[in-house]
Amino acid sequence: MELMADMPAASSQDPADMVDPATAFLQGGAPADPGVEHSLRHAPGPYFGSYGGRWMPESLIAALDELEETFEKAKVDPEFLAEIADLNKNYSGRPSLLTEAKRFSEHAGGARVFLKREDLNHTGSHKINNVLGQALLAKRMGKTRIIAETGAGQHGVASATAAALLGLECVVYMGAEDCRRQALNVARMQLLGATVVPVTNGSQTLKDAINDALRDWVANVENTHYLLGTAAGAHPFPAMVRFFHEVIGEEARGQIIDQIGRLPDAVCACIGGGSNAIGLFHGFLDDASVKIYGFEAGGDGVDTGRHAATITLGRPGVLHGARSYLMQDDDGQTIESHSISAGLDYPGVGPEHAYLNDIGRVSYEPITDAEAMDAFKLLCRTEGIIPAIESSHALAGALKVGRRLTEGESTPSDKVIIVNLSGRGDKDVETAADWFGMLDEDGNVNGTMLSTRSAKGAARNAGAEDADINAEDASNE
Amino acid sequence: MSKSAAAIDRAKAAGRKALIAYLPAGYPDKQASIDAAIAVARNGADIIEIGIPYSDPVMDGSVIQAATTQALANGFHVSDVFDIVAAITAETDAAVMVMTYWNPVMRVGVDEFSRRLAEAGGAGLITPDLIPDEAAEWFAASDKYGLDRVFLVAPSSTPERVAMTVEATRGFVYAVSIMGVTGARTSVSSAAEAVVAAAHNAGAERACVGLGVSRPEHVREIAAYADGVIVGTALVAALRDGGVPAVGALAKELSTGFDAPTAAGSTTEAAQ
Repeated sequence: MELMADMPAASSQDPADMVDPATAFLQGGAPADPGVEHSLRHAPGPYFGSYGGRWMPESLIAALDELEETFEKAKVDPEFLAEIADLNKNYSGRPSLLTEAKRFSEHAGGARVFLKREDLNHTGSHKINNVLGQALLAKRMGKTRIIAETGAGQHGVASATAAALLGLECVVYMGAEDCRRQALNVARMQLLGATVVPVTNGSQTLKDAINDALRDWVANVENTHYLLGTAAGAHPFPAMVRFFHEVIGEEARGQIIDQIGRLPDAVCACIGGGSNAIGLFHGFLDDASVKIYGFEAGGDGVDTGRHAATITLGRPGVLHGARSYLMQDDDGQTIESHSISAGLDYPGVGPEHAYLNDIGRVSYEPITDAEAMDAFKLLCRTEGIIPAIESSHALAGALKVGRRLTEGESTPSDKVIIVNLSGRGDKDVETAADWFGMLDEDGNVNGTMLSTRSAKGAARNAGAEDADINAEDASNE
Repeated sequence: MSKSAAAIDRAKAAGRKALIAYLPAGYPDKQASIDAAIAVARNGADIIEIGIPYSDPVMDGSVIQAATTQALANGFHVSDVFDIVAAITAETDAAVMVMTYWNPVMRVGVDEFSRRLAEAGGAGLITPDLIPDEAAEWFAASDKYGLDRVFLVAPSSTPERVAMTVEATRGFVYAVSIMGVTGARTSVSSAAEAVVAAAHNAGAERACVGLGVSRPEHVREIAAYADGVIVGTALVAALRDGGVPAVGALAKELSTGFDAPTAAGSTTEAAQ
């Protein structure tokens, strides 16, 4: 039963569902209850309002049915839930911390900002929650092979990790251009035993990687599970991916109540496909006092045409199996998105977000590359945490929300915001160094003779030599 | 009432099966795609499928992807497809279907798209990523404008789904021969015959086989059990490599598959 406390979902006895009397009062006297008639929690799909569904080739419907059936059984199977809880605790390192960012908060109008530390999970982001769950389902279905798409490589690395852990073959589709830009992550996936297939079709980006993964799935569906990395796609993916990420919001809700004795005033997350966001939001959907914000990639600015602000500027359509907001032209052709953050660089968005937008429960706003990078730098300098550029969009949004919430307030520190720090920024060091002008024209860090690749030369591949160098580096500190 | 069913029945009355030819709209350009379709129709095709180039064609292999990507790069717009359908219809007796991923239809509006297709003389739509479960709007529009709605059945389809899809279909059932995407293959999967049998058993009067068909011997093999044979990639490759004359010549060659030994004695009863 100890393990059950870390379960990602469904029980109404979950400690995170218990609220203090003050909160209950704010909610009109009734504590949030997932069983209530108008609850927004645990939406099962396939439809979220008019969004979601299955806009998919008939060839894949049987596989989606099998997946749905396996998932529906697993999510109420104590053995499966215990397996997930055990992996979350003893492999991923959950629960992730909720850290108050005190110096960062000074820049948010004085509102108290708390960071949900998904960056501290194994593999460095929230992605691990979903891949472990789906990889376990793949095994339950008797599949021996998983395939995945990846943009910057985070979901690919997480999928390769889960495949290695559970003994599955793994093939990752990645745009050829992304392979070149993220060579280190390609190597990571290969080290973990995965095969990386560079995608040269179409625009050679994340959406084309998904297209090629779907083509693979159609041909190999008998032994293959498509481990989709975000809360989008055909039913049951949006509801299922959310289920595996609900642990984020459940934990955050319990932790903030533990730390300050009440619910936050607002929660913030970045939105690409929207998986980290839906995981956090889910914990608070029925808490009417909590404002919820999703921050999309505004790229160069939403009026420049170079962005990934799907909900802000998109129109409903179908892509990759779901009806949702979509960046498309007048002919219904998908428009290429742009963002400094590869993880947000996707022209679609999960259907549940489209619905939450339309009913007004969640506010979606764009954050430009420049705003995100300012917030990135600020968190580095004020908290000693290097965030993922994706998460930096949420941080930039939280700064705005904090200033709005505290405007005219005599005690701004009464306002409390939770930000989902969905990933760490190690993968983004080169992009950030470039953005902040820290590199010379050869890509070396300014003011050094050191290449970012390493300067020691010839014997790099000898393990003993590496150990010596590491020891030397340490002694230089 | 169904133009595509009538075309299949005309072929049957002539003692053969229907040849159904896929070509992408606007490839290599608008006029050439019209000329290619007319050439194919004059060389034995009973039904022409005009594919709408789309940015995310998940059911297509590399040859068709390359062609449709080029059509888009050359400035193809969805509204061009109505001109293309009208031009082919004016010049040939073939039934002209449009094959399209669903988002471009939604963007235009399902009713508006259907109205314009009917006005252009089109027979209906083949919808690779629209299943009957999501097709309420299309049912209404296709009834309103008298258009055929061709859905796909696959080797993975359960008997329940085959029955539901056959029920939803008008014109013919598109039997996917293989678990995979479009592309020429050296042999046609044996799964195709089972898919056709399942469709016939579920009450389909006409079931046609597509995916992987590229040679007269494939045509001959499929003609033994199906009501029509669908060829795509091989024609697109011929158009790419040899232009309109080549695609016409290939259609002629493919239709010889109906003449040879097995076709002569084949009847509907034998096919089943």
